[in-house]
Amino acid sequence: MAASVVPNVQKNRKVGMLAAGGALAMLGLGYASVPLYQLFCQVTGYGGTTQRADAAAAAGVKVAGKSVTIRFDANVARDMPWQFKPMQVKQDVRVGQRQMARYEARNLSDQTVTGTAIFNVSPEQAGKYFNKIQCFCFTEQTLQPGQQIPMPVIYYVDPAILDDPSAKNIEEITLSYTFNETHESVAARQRKPVSQPMEKPLDPAQTRR
Amino acid sequence: MATIPANEGFDAHDHAHDHDHDHKPAFFARWFMSTNHKDIGTLYLIFAIFAGIIGGAVSGMMRAELAHPGIQYLGYFAELLGTATPTFDQQLHLWNVLITAHGLIMVFFMVMPAIIGGFGNWFVPLMIGAPDMAFPRMNNVSFWLTFVGFLSLMFSAFMPGGTGQGAGTGWTVYAPLSTSGSVGPAVDFAIFSLHLSGAGTILGAINFITTILNMRAPGMTLHKMPLFVWSVLVTAFLLLLALPVLAAAITMLLTDRNFGTTFFDPAGGGDPVLYQHLFWFFGHPEVYIMILPGFGIISQIISTFSKKPVFGYLGMAYAMVAIGVVGFIVWAHHMYTTGLDVNTKMYFTAATMVIAVPTGIKIFSWIATMWGGSIEFKSPMIWAIGFIFLFTVGGVTGVVLANGGVDDNLHDTYYVVAHFHYVLSLGAVTSLFAGFFYWFPKMSGRMHSEFLSHLQFVIFFIGVNLIFFPMHFLGVQGMPRRYPDYAVAYSYWNEIASYGYVVMAGSMVIFFVNIAYAFLAGKKAEGNYWGEGATTLEWTLSSPPPFHQFETLPVIDDAAHAH
Repeated sequence: MAASVVPNVQKNRKVGMLAAGGALAMLGLGYASVPLYQLFCQVTGYGGTTQRADAAAAAGVKVAGKSVTIRFDANVARDMPWQFKPMQVKQDVRVGQRQMARYEARNLSDQTVTGTAIFNVSPEQAGKYFNKIQCFCFTEQTLQPGQQIPMPVIYYVDPAILDDPSAKNIEEITLSYTFNETHESVAARQRKPVSQPMEKPLDPAQTRR
Repeated sequence: MATIPANEGFDAHDHAHDHDHDHKPAFFARWFMSTNHKDIGTLYLIFAIFAGIIGGAVSGMMRAELAHPGIQYLGYFAELLGTATPTFDQQLHLWNVLITAHGLIMVFFMVMPAIIGGFGNWFVPLMIGAPDMAFPRMNNVSFWLTFVGFLSLMFSAFMPGGTGQGAGTGWTVYAPLSTSGSVGPAVDFAIFSLHLSGAGTILGAINFITTILNMRAPGMTLHKMPLFVWSVLVTAFLLLLALPVLAAAITMLLTDRNFGTTFFDPAGGGDPVLYQHLFWFFGHPEVYIMILPGFGIISQIISTFSKKPVFGYLGMAYAMVAIGVVGFIVWAHHMYTTGLDVNTKMYFTAATMVIAVPTGIKIFSWIATMWGGSIEFKSPMIWAIGFIFLFTVGGVTGVVLANGGVDDNLHDTYYVVAHFHYVLSLGAVTSLFAGFFYWFPKMSGRMHSEFLSHLQFVIFFIGVNLIFFPMHFLGVQGMPRRYPDYAVAYSYWNEIASYGYVVMAGSMVIFFVNIAYAFLAGKKAEGNYWGEGATTLEWTLSSPPPFHQFETLPVIDDAAHAH
């Protein structure tokens, strides 16, 4: 009847370690979710993530009869001294047809500024079908003081959109870019402060870095 | 016991074979270096009551401000908290700090410590016939980590947090408000507080899992465990799997804030919505973490006072397992308005509604347990029946909110506030009071006043319904959450809700009077003061139980055992 009161230390340790291992695995999964989420967005077009296609693949795409309107949107992060705007309000393109749109960026400051553009399309269901063959957003862009350059993007809408019940009725797709200054560029500009022609940043939070 | 010298007392733990049951350590060693599951449970309960007073006071400040449209008291409160002549923005920031503090305190420092740390520590070893928890020292670490975490959160209220003092991010700590939107150490302290209490809770979960899996008395199979133990086991697994994800997410917040990473910053390729996914992957199981042990407590109480075993024991146990499992795959129903496509919404709507099935099994099984039972309306039973009613109201509005389409309208309105307060503030807290009055004499050795407990229930029930039922109307009318001000059209029901708060606060006064009464004049409690219906192992011991119990393990006899 009288069983031992001393707990089985060995057995407890084993279960305890297994449980701790489970917790650590979930911690790891938490971090693993960052690349997984990115992959998920790229594959599914989640959140309006656009696709990337090479010219060879794009050449084989059949042009369909239906047209969609592409609208263009441009934004610059609040503390970045650039002007950035689309050169056309909208383009009407046939589904599958390759088209070039142009943006234009100008460095308003007297310092060299490097930025990257983040992008998505709206409505989000179109992300899976919006292919870019060439885009200024694929790489970092550097503008010398006062420099102004055109920024082209070559894109097409995948005809597969016409087979997707949740996307086939889309008549207008907005392509949006937001330029952000890279951390390195911000740091480099802060190292050699030059008299700033632009106004002070609006939000103290933005100067935190 | 006051005659025991400190050095001798400290050794007491090593003399587990000692047959002197009252051989307790001296004060400091007993309460600050405690390794005894009952003492740690008591510490957790005292801590939770203390944190509950602070969290409840914060909600009082909010209800005062919301009693009338316009900003009345925030400036005054901000001055009290040390901001001389607060600007309008600083006053509004204080509102954000208040909602953040209320949420974090009530979730992490009131409900969880009370229901898992307090009742779990006290009664899981007693109910399974174990002498203590599997890792008694780790148990101590768990409690003090939680305690220090609470201090960290309190400190944050007096640190610069961007617009004003304190962390004003909401309990969800969404980026970018919590990263680039809140400069200053307040949010770091709040995040650190979550780290500390989270680490403590994970250690506690490991402890519970090991204790329950390894240390059951001979003959007590998993399928003979009391339902409260089942509920803590499921909860411990939820904690173990959910909390590390929160830890990862808020660590990323910390590095985003301080070390230039861009996990949630689009400028560097991150995505703030990822934070929401991670948070709610933790956050949804978290709401079951808060309510499942309550389910367990209610099952014990309903069975005790109906003098019947719980109806459908296995169904009850596996309903909790099912709620736990499905709870992990419904998180995006908190994010219907973040741009999910229609198929994703359909999945999350359906999966969320599925949870109503095991929950319904539990509700109906409780009612079926009472059916035909010899019911005694002692105070815990009254609270338990109140729980069933209030939780069902919250569950019904939950099914409404589960609909992706409906939620587009109701998202971030007071309807949501009403819903989760019915399941938590009214559900989980009612189960806490039920458990408290069920076990208080067992823990303290003194009977509380049944009259005062009944009176507290009636007033509490009226008060909380006055506070939260009108919020359904406000929500449907479109009043948004998280604002200190509102359109005049909403003032009628807001004023009533604020009166309800006063009524509820009155019931809390009765609660503390009742505790004082028990300690000053309460009758000595017998070992099994509830009588024939109370069949679990803690009732075979004296009240309070000896400092070290079950030195000879009880053996569970098949024929005699009833759940």
